[in-house]
Amino acid sequence: MKNKSLVAINDLSRDEIVKILNLAEEFEKNPIQNTLCQKVVATLFFEPSTRTRLSFESAVNRLGGRVIGFSEASNTSVTKGESLKDTILTVANYSDMIVMRHPVEGSARYASEISPVPIINAGDGANQHPTQTLLDLFSIRKTQGTLNNLNIFLVGDLKYGRTVHSLLMAMSHFGATFTFVSPNELRMPDEYKIYLEEKGLKFSEQTDLNENLDKADIIYMTRVQKERFSDPVEYEKVKNVYVLREGMLQNTKENMRVLHPLPRVNEIHTDVDKNPKAYYFPQTMNGVFTRMAIMSLIFGLE
Amino acid sequence: MIQKKQLRVSAIENGTVIDHIPAKSLFNVITILGLHKFDNLITFGTNMESQRFGKKAIIKIADKYFANDEINRIAIAAPHAKLNIIRDYTVIEKRVVEVPDHIEGIVKCVNPKCITNVEAVVPKFKVLDKISVSLKCQYCEKITDQEHMVYL
Ligand SMILES: [Zn+2]
Repeated sequence: MKNKSLVAINDLSRDEIVKILNLAEEFEKNPIQNTLCQKVVATLFFEPSTRTRLSFESAVNRLGGRVIGFSEASNTSVTKGESLKDTILTVANYSDMIVMRHPVEGSARYASEISPVPIINAGDGANQHPTQTLLDLFSIRKTQGTLNNLNIFLVGDLKYGRTVHSLLMAMSHFGATFTFVSPNELRMPDEYKIYLEEKGLKFSEQTDLNENLDKADIIYMTRVQKERFSDPVEYEKVKNVYVLREGMLQNTKENMRVLHPLPRVNEIHTDVDKNPKAYYFPQTMNGVFTRMAIMSLIFGLE
Repeated sequence: MIQKKQLRVSAIENGTVIDHIPAKSLFNVITILGLHKFDNLITFGTNMESQRFGKKAIIKIADKYFANDEINRIAIAAPHAKLNIIRDYTVIEKRVVEVPDHIEGIVKCVNPKCITNVEAVVPKFKVLDKISVSLKCQYCEKITDQEHMVYL
């Protein structure tokens, strides 16, 4: 990984993923280190994402590095019509690594091709957000003690949700079994089912969130957004169906944990928050350790 | 008869004849090869009857020979194209085109939110299916199929 960019989750091998998670675990035990001492990391957020940006900046600070950058494009030369290429080439002169979030799909791959310093993709439109996936994996491994042979329930918008697609790809390295829970209109696209079949992994589909929850090790919730529906009536029908409530956790396994990439709207009822099986807030904290590990490895820490 | 047909196809002294181009793809092939910028003597025929395509087109380019990777670029527009390499009015070699594994700078990505449609970035694709020709964008990862192909 040394000096390489991280653009998409499939850029990483199984071994590289495990290496990142192991190092993240070390950082969790000893969070103050100086592996980024004397390094300048630029965080370029062409669209705002406060949670992701603060998580990266916290990670840099904990490792003794310095941060420069912007949190939205409106006060920068971008609004004057500067191209992404020019912005990247300029900022690369000021920094040793660029963390970027950009609304245009494929922008991070392009930046990685032209940038003399490594790029970390912190989300390029609806395309990729690999550090989110790595923190999800870290959370799963931490709560389950393993990544191998788990029963993963993916719930909500499985058609457009990039986080569930990336998670599926990454978990497929570890022999998972998947259950897809979604309204018909937002079912998991065929290309991912074909991918699982080719890898010999099992999956099933259901529209009812109440079914089979007792089998789950992880319930990964995502938002069902109104704008994804061609027919608004369809949305009205399902909007309150894919909501997780505390009562539904009653017969679930002891080790089961509920994850969510956040922000949530109403898909997890607040009565779940106090249940020890709710893990979405600690999940956010894990993002800092995971990002510390990713940046340290790119800067060549062994 | 055979000799007469041969003569018609080989009516250039030296060069390349590209045959079996679907008539509707003629101008795409011209664009892909950049023939409009050539100084060579070029002749086109189109809407010729073909048992295989209904209507086909043919291009004859004098004093020009193509490298494989150069000519394979036309494969997405004319996957069944056949090349006759001509020297001294004689066909000395026949070649078929082959859809390459990667395609650069020929078609646009179908995704309007893709960086290649927003900034001056040359589109690059991985060819997923060589028969139906579907292309996966190396930037936004979306798939462009034959039906939605727009040539640059
Ligand atoms: Zn694209």
